[in-house]
Amino acid sequence: MPSTVALAVARYRPEQESEPTFQSYEVPYRKDWVILDALNHVKDQLDGSLSFRWSCRMGVCGSCGMKVNGTPKLTCATFLSDYLPGPIRVEPLDYFPVVRDLVVDLTDFVRKLKQVKPWIIRKEDKPLAEGEYLQTPDQLDTYKQFSMCINCALCYSACPIYALEPSFIGPAAIALAQRYNMDSRDEGAAARLKILSEHDGIWQCTFVGECTKVCPKHVDPAGAIQQYKLTAATHWVKSLLLPWGAR
Amino acid sequence: MSAEPHYTLYHPRWYRHRVSVWWWLKKGSYALFVLRELTSVFVAFVAVVYLWQLRAIGQGPEAYGQFLARMKTPPFLLLNAITFLLVLFHAITWLNLTPAAMVVRLRGKRVPDWAILAGNYAAWLVLSAAVAFVLLRG
Amino acid sequence: MARITPLLWLLFSAGGTVAAFLFPIHLLLTGLAFPLGWLDPPRYDYVQRLVAHPVTRLYLLVLISLPLFHWAHRFRYTLYDGLQLKHLTALIAVLCYGAALVGTAAAAYLLWSIA
Repeated sequence: MPSTVALAVARYRPEQESEPTFQSYEVPYRKDWVILDALNHVKDQLDGSLSFRWSCRMGVCGSCGMKVNGTPKLTCATFLSDYLPGPIRVEPLDYFPVVRDLVVDLTDFVRKLKQVKPWIIRKEDKPLAEGEYLQTPDQLDTYKQFSMCINCALCYSACPIYALEPSFIGPAAIALAQRYNMDSRDEGAAARLKILSEHDGIWQCTFVGECTKVCPKHVDPAGAIQQYKLTAATHWVKSLLLPWGAR
Repeated sequence: MSAEPHYTLYHPRWYRHRVSVWWWLKKGSYALFVLRELTSVFVAFVAVVYLWQLRAIGQGPEAYGQFLARMKTPPFLLLNAITFLLVLFHAITWLNLTPAAMVVRLRGKRVPDWAILAGNYAAWLVLSAAVAFVLLRG
Repeated sequence: MARITPLLWLLFSAGGTVAAFLFPIHLLLTGLAFPLGWLDPPRYDYVQRLVAHPVTRLYLLVLISLPLFHWAHRFRYTLYDGLQLKHLTALIAVLCYGAALVGTAAAAYLLWSIA
């Protein structure tokens, strides 16, 4: 059992360099430490200039996504012990602009989430006096998996289509759309169909499946996308054959 | 909203990595994905071979015999063997991805993935047996 | 192009399914078992009777046409993503789907004209 392990951390300081570099830090090895613990040790004891995002440190906020040895991971849920003997490479998430060190700009990601109208859409809201919308456990089960997304953007960082086609709406956004489409209380499937069936919507996806592989909450965005492709295609056929009944 | 110019005080220079044309060699799973996609070329090859066989059948017994003879030549045997392996790769990856793409619900509960896979492979066996039966009767 | 993408995807899916279920056995027999002598290929008169049947003709049309559309759609995206040929996207689409259409037409013509 080693007493220290080396971290090779990507640095990018726009005020002094034009390209990212790597800096090596020797951190204590503890078998219960995660990468985030090591990064916080670096910031507290070794190099206060290192910048990175984190918050809940328990895998529910989605803030601490970074690449560890080339794979997008939540650094609060990735143990040093799995990467012995090191050195462990820590880099910012792929396919997003790097602001500084390990911090990336997620504006595009957030914008796309908003585009799919992630709220319950109803033709007419029930008046308060009529009480709540009822939903059986089976109805909840149809969309529950897709509701577990913590918006960590690891899936975008794994998706080669997002890398090649930055306008691709992306896995998390489509899974989020499905979360609402499959919700029995929602009546907004048609409204979301328009944005999703555009050129940069679901049809860009070629089912690589990397998004599902890296998702820390097992949302299975790839599955959500393929299921939605079938729904959208069926809807297209129906609107072609029965144009008057397309609603 | 008025047409005021929007400016950002001190916008830092973001770094954007360029995606190389060899992106698919950077990770094993990406390379496997590209191989899976390229099986479509070999699928097209099988379709073309069948088109060719169909034409031979239409032209008479000599043409059919020539087609069969051509299939025996070493270049075609090699091509057919490679194509068979890649078509098999396509079939297995395709059948394995079905549970993710198609959710079947029976009486409110989702049919488990293993059941869909079992159904797929069973259907595959049955259809293959049926085709073999028809082709081996004469 | 965006308006018929659902149709192209449905053809791709159907073609992939046909290829997945039926191509392995067909190729195993026609490409390996018969030429290598493991099994005897069907005699010409049997094949001729088989192909004369309308059900067989429909089967062969589906067997040849749908996998060609599967290839067209998949190969088009592979060229677009893999080789990043974005500037040729329209040409690639026309060549791929065009080739699939030609193959389908050829199959339909041959199946129609076989006596």
